[in-house]
Amino acid sequence: MVSAALLSLVAVGCLIAMEALHRAKWPSRGPYTAVITWQTLGLAWGVSTIGALLAFGLSSYQLGAAGGSLALATDLVTGRLILTELSQGVEGVSHVVAVVLALVLTLVLFYGLVSSFVQVVRVRRRHHDLLELVASEHPDVPGARVVDHPAAAAYCLPGVLRSQVVISAGALAVLDNRELAAVLAHEHAHLRQRHDLVLLPFSSLKRAFPRVRLVRTYYETVALLIEMCADDQASRRSSSRELAMALLRFGAAGPAPVPAGAMAAVSEAEPGVMQRVNRLLSPAEELPYHAGAVIMGGSAFLLAAVTCLWHIPV
Amino acid sequence: MNRLGELERAVMDVLWARNEPMTVREVGKALAERDLAHTTVMTVLDRLAKKKVVTRAREGRAWRYRPAASREAYVSELMFDALGQTGDRDAALAAFVQSMDGKEAAALRRALSEIEQPRN
Repeated sequence: MVSAALLSLVAVGCLIAMEALHRAKWPSRGPYTAVITWQTLGLAWGVSTIGALLAFGLSSYQLGAAGGSLALATDLVTGRLILTELSQGVEGVSHVVAVVLALVLTLVLFYGLVSSFVQVVRVRRRHHDLLELVASEHPDVPGARVVDHPAAAAYCLPGVLRSQVVISAGALAVLDNRELAAVLAHEHAHLRQRHDLVLLPFSSLKRAFPRVRLVRTYYETVALLIEMCADDQASRRSSSRELAMALLRFGAAGPAPVPAGAMAAVSEAEPGVMQRVNRLLSPAEELPYHAGAVIMGGSAFLLAAVTCLWHIPV
Repeated sequence: MNRLGELERAVMDVLWARNEPMTVREVGKALAERDLAHTTVMTVLDRLAKKKVVTRAREGRAWRYRPAASREAYVSELMFDALGQTGDRDAALAAFVQSMDGKEAAALRRALSEIEQPRN
């Protein structure tokens, strides 16, 4: 019961920490540190919530969440588990409910991750097949494919063997050569560092809980941070001003204004692209080394603590 | 680009150019300057059919192939993915700028004109 209580505390603490991280100003100064913190908090939240449910539901084994699950599995296999005995009284029923909830949560999270991955792979394959047929190579952009379309777009298609940077004719028309180089450097950074895999757990959560607004908000926050990571990589190779200009030109070439009210759900907050532009044009001081180290240390400690709590037998 | 990919492209170009279903032999004839074996053309068309970019229908003893959609339709499909307009597809590829609403685009236009003013 002690471990169940402590794990619940950690789970609630993770939620509070995520909200704080979402509001914090420092992430844009250290996007890499922030992305890792987001991942740690997300993972710790999931593991501690499932652990708390298991530790509570299996408390009669006196083995904690990890040992209890093992004992439950053994009993299930050997057929020694008698559900009617377990579920006697209010306490017994609440134990069974907790274990079922833990199982459901685990399944939902895994299913979300796997189905997201499958879906992503399928979309990429189709996209790749079509690119092979209609995209051409262009002397101005070595290593990238050009799609002949007037809208401005630049993107990368990650993959182990067939990763690809794609740019539209519309984008080529609005960018000068140095801006183009900055955009390509940004996309290559995504591919090199496999940012798509970093974002995958968050996009799968978004798929698993499409109606939870908080999940969507956090997903967008992490996605923006990952863009900032790629921006930082690109501005090491070319100037950040060119990258900012490229962002602005994409915006200027963007879609025609939508009728008022059609996008009522959009927050009043500063749009993500504008945040990226501002931090490129007037960069704030980078997150100090020691602050980053403290945050990383805290993240490692959190994960270690959750693992320990899973193994506390009381 | 690999050889097969390049051949697929050439075959699609032929199919798009002719506005009618074609047999393997006809496609081979249209690409006569490449001097392709009949089986090669068949393999390429088979691959394209598996990718669902051509459809085929039997006519007598031969299959006739035609594009499943126009080149423009495929370009639009690519751009549709790229601009993130299909809700759950945003994880598949990383766009430099996600699709924006009008307000965002307007804010960017304003910022761009402010920055470019001093130069002009």
